[in-house]
Amino acid sequence: MSEAPALYLSGSASFEDTPVFTGLDLKVAAGRWTCLLGSSGVGKSTILKLFAGLADQVDFTGQLGAEGMDLDGSVALMAQDDLLMPWLTALENVLLGARLRGDKPDTARALDVLERVGLSEKSGQKPAELSGGQRQRVALARTLMEDRPIVLLDEPFSALDAKTRAQMQDLACELLAGRTVLLVTHDPAEAARLGHQIVLMTENTTQDIPPPQSDAPRSATDPDVLRTQGDMLALLCADTPIE
Amino acid sequence: MKSWQAGLASTLLGLAIWKAVVVIGDLPKFILPSPGLVAETLWKSRALIADNALVTSSEVLVGLFLGAVLGGLSAIGLAASPMARALVRPMLVFSQAVPVFALAPILTLWLGYGLWSKVAMALIIIYFPVTSSFFDALMRTNKDWLGLARVMGATPFRVMWHIRIPSALPGFASGLRLAAVYAPIGAIIGEWVGASKGLGYLMLLANGRAKIDLMFAALIVLAVLTLCLHAAVDLFCRRVLDRPS
Repeated sequence: MSEAPALYLSGSASFEDTPVFTGLDLKVAAGRWTCLLGSSGVGKSTILKLFAGLADQVDFTGQLGAEGMDLDGSVALMAQDDLLMPWLTALENVLLGARLRGDKPDTARALDVLERVGLSEKSGQKPAELSGGQRQRVALARTLMEDRPIVLLDEPFSALDAKTRAQMQDLACELLAGRTVLLVTHDPAEAARLGHQIVLMTENTTQDIPPPQSDAPRSATDPDVLRTQGDMLALLCADTPIE
Repeated sequence: MKSWQAGLASTLLGLAIWKAVVVIGDLPKFILPSPGLVAETLWKSRALIADNALVTSSEVLVGLFLGAVLGGLSAIGLAASPMARALVRPMLVFSQAVPVFALAPILTLWLGYGLWSKVAMALIIIYFPVTSSFFDALMRTNKDWLGLARVMGATPFRVMWHIRIPSALPGFASGLRLAAVYAPIGAIIGEWVGASKGLGYLMLLANGRAKIDLMFAALIVLAVLTLCLHAAVDLFCRRVLDRPS
């Protein structure tokens, strides 16, 4: 993996003439976890799509990219849906990228990656035979297998139960260390546990929230984490009047 | 009641109604023969019927195979290329507006009285359902899978091969199930228009000679063959194509 770069995005985006965000200025620190927190519909996912090169229907004016690196081929993506191919085994899903590029599949490394996410026993099983948490671990293994310096996470833990979510957060935090991670989430607790940098995005503005002092992944019971989480929830609620 | 019991009961009920219609209506055997007479004829003419059934079966199987292959390839071609879609889809729809019955004499003229005019007929009749159901499934590939593949740096050919085709196989299977029922219709129409062998030919011949019992016997064999073909195709589809989606 090459050195993880910083990311930048400044500009405005619209979808079918409806503005998604205007005058946004976002900087994502190199080799750190940046959590982009906001309620649904403020354009968080659009930002991820822009970095991933998947925003075909979004009209973007401005600048975006990675410092000293082409985004193309430097990005890995993990979404809320595990996006596993149901007809492939866990191992084959981890090797999907190689198959799709026509590279020689590195089975030994794929097995190693599956072991790191704790699924070496399940390598031959299909997604339907795995639990939601296990499927998301396979998706994490597939993301690691891609070995890209930039990792975009689109609410990857939001469909999991509380315990599995906390375990997945710890695991992802450990395994993706050193990469530039941009995590989109609507969960203040997740942002407070994981972010080295936290950006709160509302309808009109973005603001940087100072993260808790301790190292991520932080304990959910850390008073500092709880306070940050509470502050962010208050800011989110203040922004969205109840209709 | 289990499904085989229900099937048996339903068959017996059908036979009973048939027999009752013959008895109550006092119908002569050249209008509607009784089930017993048809069974007797079926047994007596078994060699003749089997001989003709073999011909029809080969027409149907070759037609089904070629139709499945051609339909499958066409669907992939259409799904892969917007240009092909723009050019070919209107033609496909137009082809469905032409009654297939009307094509049979032309196919016999072009391909002769033998196997190939019937194969062509079966192929034409199943081509559209196979192509269209597979194509629709290919166009419905999960957009997020395609996005993931793009981020991974996939080539369109490999996306087609590793993602779009495997995910669309259940759609292909539903086309094949329809085709298994339609293909015999095509072959029989072909035989009616011009043939020297086959169950359709035998039915026409028996009808002309007022051997309605033989006609019914051939009809029953045709129906049973079609059911068997459908069951075999269904089994194949469930084992091979209908993977969890």
